[in-house]
Amino acid sequence: VVRWLDHDPLLALAEVEFGGVTRACHMACVPEARVGDYVVVHAGVAIARIDQVEAQRAMAELASLPDDAEWPAQLPDEGSIS
Amino acid sequence: MRFLDEYRDPIAARRLLAAIRRSATRRWTLMEVCGGQTHSLLRHGIDAELEGVVELVHGPGCPVCVTPLESIDLARELCLRPGVVLASFGDMLRVPGSRGSLLDARAGGGDVRAVYSPIDAVEMARRNPRAQVVFFAVGFETTTPTTALALRQAAAHRLENFSLLVAHVRVLPAMEAIVASPDCRVHGFLAAGHVCTVAGCEDYGPFVERHRMPVVVTGFEPVDLLRGILECVRQLESGDPRLANCYARTARDAGYPTARRLVDGVFEVCDRPWRGLGVIPRGGLRLRREWTKFDAQKRFDHASLRVLEPSECKSGDVLAGRIKPTACPSFGNACTPDHPLGAPMVSSEGACAAYFRYGVPAQSRD
Repeated sequence: VVRWLDHDPLLALAEVEFGGVTRACHMACVPEARVGDYVVVHAGVAIARIDQVEAQRAMAELASLPDDAEWPAQLPDEGSIS
Repeated sequence: MRFLDEYRDPIAARRLLAAIRRSATRRWTLMEVCGGQTHSLLRHGIDAELEGVVELVHGPGCPVCVTPLESIDLARELCLRPGVVLASFGDMLRVPGSRGSLLDARAGGGDVRAVYSPIDAVEMARRNPRAQVVFFAVGFETTTPTTALALRQAAAHRLENFSLLVAHVRVLPAMEAIVASPDCRVHGFLAAGHVCTVAGCEDYGPFVERHRMPVVVTGFEPVDLLRGILECVRQLESGDPRLANCYARTARDAGYPTARRLVDGVFEVCDRPWRGLGVIPRGGLRLRREWTKFDAQKRFDHASLRVLEPSECKSGDVLAGRIKPTACPSFGNACTPDHPLGAPMVSSEGACAAYFRYGVPAQSRD
């Protein structure tokens, strides 16, 4: 979320940036979102705020998985996972 | 971009693939419910990487695909009426009804517009007070807040020229229908993360209890999907099926309260026909009584139609996970994205379109 444009409960609007592209999104479902938060946008409407604590927890869990000798990280066909 | 790049990390994906291979002592069959997940699995080659370990069968979670022919035919009839502008998502306009698609109807003089959001259709009605704008509302729980918000905005603007042709559907009753089928091969479900983001995860608890089957709420990026698959496989191996949430960064137990209130104030649960699956009890939503003046079917005095699916299209079997798209005799020859026979070949969430786009060859019959 880059900038709030309107805080009306029904017509709430904010500028949201998607990897360099910015567009106005309807914010009535996520009135609690603040500038700098990440939101899930579906058909022009922000439907949820991303929980950064939960996201970090998931990443920590991933980091705890062992590396597997049979499956080196760098495989020639790695490009298929982009 | 944050919250995307790290979920596409090939190193994390390799670790998860290895963990899945280590965990599985037999071949498990999992169903990913959402069409967005189907496309991501095929695009990233996850189904091929897990061949022999986990079979992924593709669920009915493509809203465009499960919209029944009669709804498309109703929309088509509406758009041909003088003064009516019919708006919907782009994919919906390309799906063939029994008498052609909505785009075909546009070629025949119907006023049909593709919109990015239902709220764009409200804007269209505001700018064109002499047109009757009908939004053809399709989609699962993820999309219902956008329709509900559009409707409330239309009411706030006191628009008399905006209405909805509602074909919204609910995921959980469709999962019940799939499990109830005697030829169901599914051992566990990857539930659709964005549906749960809105509607919550807790409704799946009784489903898990009743069917003794794992349900894992799963996201859409490769690392998300592999985490969901790993959790499902671990549960199946331990014989301890549970409801697990592997998409907790947006999906919460009770869903998103503001979005749910918005939806619940406008819609109520109803029985609804699904393309390929028949009438599913409690499988859809309709407008509540106080909102029916925005119901296009009532405004235009529409009767229901009964139409039959074309026999050369096996989309019903594909949507129920009974066959893979490549097992359909029409796949890739009579039916392609340019000339689709059925909706799953059209949509960006359809399983047939995913197999065509990512080059899965027509195979020996499943």
